[in-house]
Amino acid sequence: MPAMLTVTDLAAGYGPVRALDGVSFTAERGRVTAVLGANGAGKTTLLRTISGLHRAERGSVDLDGQRLDRVAAERMPALGLAHVPEGRGVITELTVEENLRLGALGRAGKVDGSDLERVYGLFPVLADRRAATAHVLSGGERQMLVVGRALMARPTTLLLDEPSLGLAPRIVAQIFELLRGLVESESLTVLLVEQNARSALSIAHRGVVLNLGRVVADDDADALAADDQLRHAYLGF
Amino acid sequence: MAALRTRASAWWAGSILGRHLLVALLGLVVVVVVLESSSDFRNLQLASMAYLGIAAGGLTVLTGLNGQISLGHGALMAIGAYTTALLLDDREASTPLPLVVLAAVVVTLLVGIAVGAAAARLHGPYLAGATLALAVAVPGIALYFKEQLGGEQGLRVVLPDIPAWVLDLAYFVTGQDLTRSRYVAYLAWLTLVITFVLLANLARSRVGRRWRAVRDDEVAAELAGVHLGRARVSAFVVSAAAAGAAGAMMALTVRLAAPSGFTLTLSLTLLSAVVLGGLGSLAGALLGAALLTFLPQVVTDIGVDAGLSDIRAAELAPLVYGVVMVLVILLAPAGIVGTVRTALLKRRLRRSAAAQTRTAGTNPTAPGTPGTPTTDPATTTSKGSTT
Amino acid sequence: MQQLLNTALGGLTLGMVYAAFALALVLIWRSTRVVNFAQAPMAMVTTFVALVIVDAGHSYWLAFAAALASGLVLGAVIERVVVRPVEGGPEINAVILTLGLFIVLHALAAVIFGNRYRSFPAPFGVRGIEVGGTTIALTGFGIFTILAVLVTMGLLLLLFQRTDIGLRMRASAFNPEVARLLGVRVGRMLTLGWALASVVGSLAGLLIAGGSLVHPGYMDSVVVYGFVAAVLGGLDSPFGAVVGGLLLGLALSFVSGYVGSQLVALAALVILMLVLVLRPGGLFAQTAARRV
Ligand SMILES: Nc1ncnc2c1ncn2[C@@H]1O[C@H](COP(=O)(O)OP(=O)(O)OP(=O)(O)O)[C@@H](O)[C@H]1O
Ligand SMILES: [Mg+2]
Repeated sequence: MPAMLTVTDLAAGYGPVRALDGVSFTAERGRVTAVLGANGAGKTTLLRTISGLHRAERGSVDLDGQRLDRVAAERMPALGLAHVPEGRGVITELTVEENLRLGALGRAGKVDGSDLERVYGLFPVLADRRAATAHVLSGGERQMLVVGRALMARPTTLLLDEPSLGLAPRIVAQIFELLRGLVESESLTVLLVEQNARSALSIAHRGVVLNLGRVVADDDADALAADDQLRHAYLGF
Repeated sequence: MAALRTRASAWWAGSILGRHLLVALLGLVVVVVVLESSSDFRNLQLASMAYLGIAAGGLTVLTGLNGQISLGHGALMAIGAYTTALLLDDREASTPLPLVVLAAVVVTLLVGIAVGAAAARLHGPYLAGATLALAVAVPGIALYFKEQLGGEQGLRVVLPDIPAWVLDLAYFVTGQDLTRSRYVAYLAWLTLVITFVLLANLARSRVGRRWRAVRDDEVAAELAGVHLGRARVSAFVVSAAAAGAAGAMMALTVRLAAPSGFTLTLSLTLLSAVVLGGLGSLAGALLGAALLTFLPQVVTDIGVDAGLSDIRAAELAPLVYGVVMVLVILLAPAGIVGTVRTALLKRRLRRSAAAQTRTAGTNPTAPGTPGTPTTDPATTTSKGSTT
Repeated sequence: MQQLLNTALGGLTLGMVYAAFALALVLIWRSTRVVNFAQAPMAMVTTFVALVIVDAGHSYWLAFAAALASGLVLGAVIERVVVRPVEGGPEINAVILTLGLFIVLHALAAVIFGNRYRSFPAPFGVRGIEVGGTTIALTGFGIFTILAVLVTMGLLLLLFQRTDIGLRMRASAFNPEVARLLGVRVGRMLTLGWALASVVGSLAGLLIAGGSLVHPGYMDSVVVYGFVAAVLGGLDSPFGAVVGGLLLGLALSFVSGYVGSQLVALAALVILMLVLVLRPGGLFAQTAARRV
């Protein structure tokens, strides 16, 4: 499989804190790549640096032949990259449908009703509540909303930051199942940040393990899941 | 060597009151020398500088140490001034001057408590808005209660006779007769010194630490057991009390309490004074007050020379304050005193670093390391320190 | 009875203006977390622009349009040049900055236009309308005031609720980071927000000025009333600002009519303090008290 997203020697930090220190890996086209690691490993910083919310001090990011570093975060949707931030990022003051419409505004082409219908088709719960303020949605519904909103931009690549956070196992399973389906049907490339390593590896093809801002393992998902030592040291299961 | 240094700094830290009193004493000596050697007119100008300094000192404690903004310190001064005027309405008024000032402070303090309890308790722009409302409302009160407060004309303030012992003392110390203007200037500066010592001590006390904690990080402060609302209200009330004292001194200096003296512009320029000097710094407040007192004449003259009418030229001074205020926030948010202090500190660090590399040339990590004993902790925070 | 009616009508008209001004404050507060006290002198400056045009012999409507246009430009320039650098920094810096602007605009107007009162024209009658033999306190200009504010609010509502740009602006205000990730140019939206708020402020300024006197400080009390109205309705709610403005206009009109016009600002302060003590989140807040 060809590489969709290539990260090379990426470094970033907060003042004296080094959050990323020479991270390199690739995410293959049409596959799920899991980024794993304990609290504070640098996973969120990695995604934020890729999507331009955080400044890279060193290194480069390449999306399908285009350099992404130095590109402003606002331009990412037009380049085919969607980032679902940690803590979900539902704009609770807007309605469900407004959140979705917003998702389509950043992309290049014209928006039409079919995008909305497609997302409502994928997530029927959202269709039922399209006029409600997003404030009233449950955690699982909010997760569906942000994934749906990201899809509105018709991205080639999706960055997801801990979608399982705070959700019941049943909902997590449901969302991961949906993701797996999307990856297959739309040949979406997904970079999935998770602390819930077991679930993430179950749908990922590859996994990258971060520790203190460095890559400590980068292998097929099955191999990672089978490596007892690694699992105990970094993945906690 | 290190032990000695530690002990010396412990003494320094332990005797904050002593240090402040020492500075105050030196300040008083300077005041005497300056006032004795200047004309009656200058004395009155210096008295203005003192009352503006007192109000600015109160405001800088509120804004610099507690992170709140008051747009109504001019109005609070009005309350102090009117209280003074009501108590000193004729030559027979028998209230002793210290009691008059105390009354002005207490009345202003009460207003401060009322406004503060409603608005300072809350996080957000509420105190700024409420004090702005106060600034706009107070002149109207004087106009409405025309009988009692004199309406547009305001109330005349009758300065009580200078007590004989003061005259004697002044003659004994200086060999000159004490004029009324100079007497007023002494009163104002004495009040300033007392206010500043009180404010400086308060800033260094537990109360002051709480104010700063709330300013820096509300969540952390609350976790540390600080009652956020109480800390905010107390900072505002202290600040209001200072404005009350300033108002009393203003009434004595100007001999009048009238609505036109307490415009919104007064409140806003006070704020510009503390921003200019550097938020949280009493020295900066004094510097700002000096600018408010002496700059207008200079700027107005320039304006008149440039062909503006007197009235329009008089507006150039606030224009300068405003522009400088904007520039300070954009370019040097620590204000003049803070910026100078940081620059000095950097130079000192560099010099001590150079000295250390000379003596211990083999140790490359030591120079400039934060927390080297040469760094006086009081000067490292540009916002937090006083005088 | 007639005085009661007239006081209420006067309050309604003024309330509309306060509502507009409160709305301007809320629009900026929602997006940049700054109460733009400089809104008062900004509106004043644009009114003086109109006055210059009228004095030059041009029509009221040209002056009116020019004032609104200069409000738009002024708001955008101020956000882009002065406020942008402190956004995201300590809150207090932004507030101090707007106050610095307050002083600057005030002084600038006084230097250029002088500090005296000048009369400002009104395009419609400022005498009460006669109804069945008695004159009621609703003037032609009063009706224009009410209509102008209503139309402006309607247009804003359409913009925010029905257009993509409005959606982008709301998203930028509520959650700038997520908005950026969705491709919204948040900086532009903030500039636009300030510009629109400034237009609404200018409109309020023109409506207060019409048929009355202007000088550099004539809007200072209006910013207080606008702020109190905004707090009354809950600082975050445009709808609340409008209702708050109307209520405050009525209340202050009664104070002015039955107690004394000098105490109007004091009444506003008292109302503000009562709201802050009893319902700090505003009259329409779901929870009675927000976190202190
Ligand atoms: N805004 C910030 N300021 C300072 N340090 C930060 C900031 N955000 C993150 N850090 C630090 O950067 C490092 C990496 O943080 P990051 O949020 O990327 O980790 P993470 O892997 O996403 O953790 P988690 O699983 O808890 O979400 C941590 O040491 C963290 O303390
Ligand atoms: Mg994270």
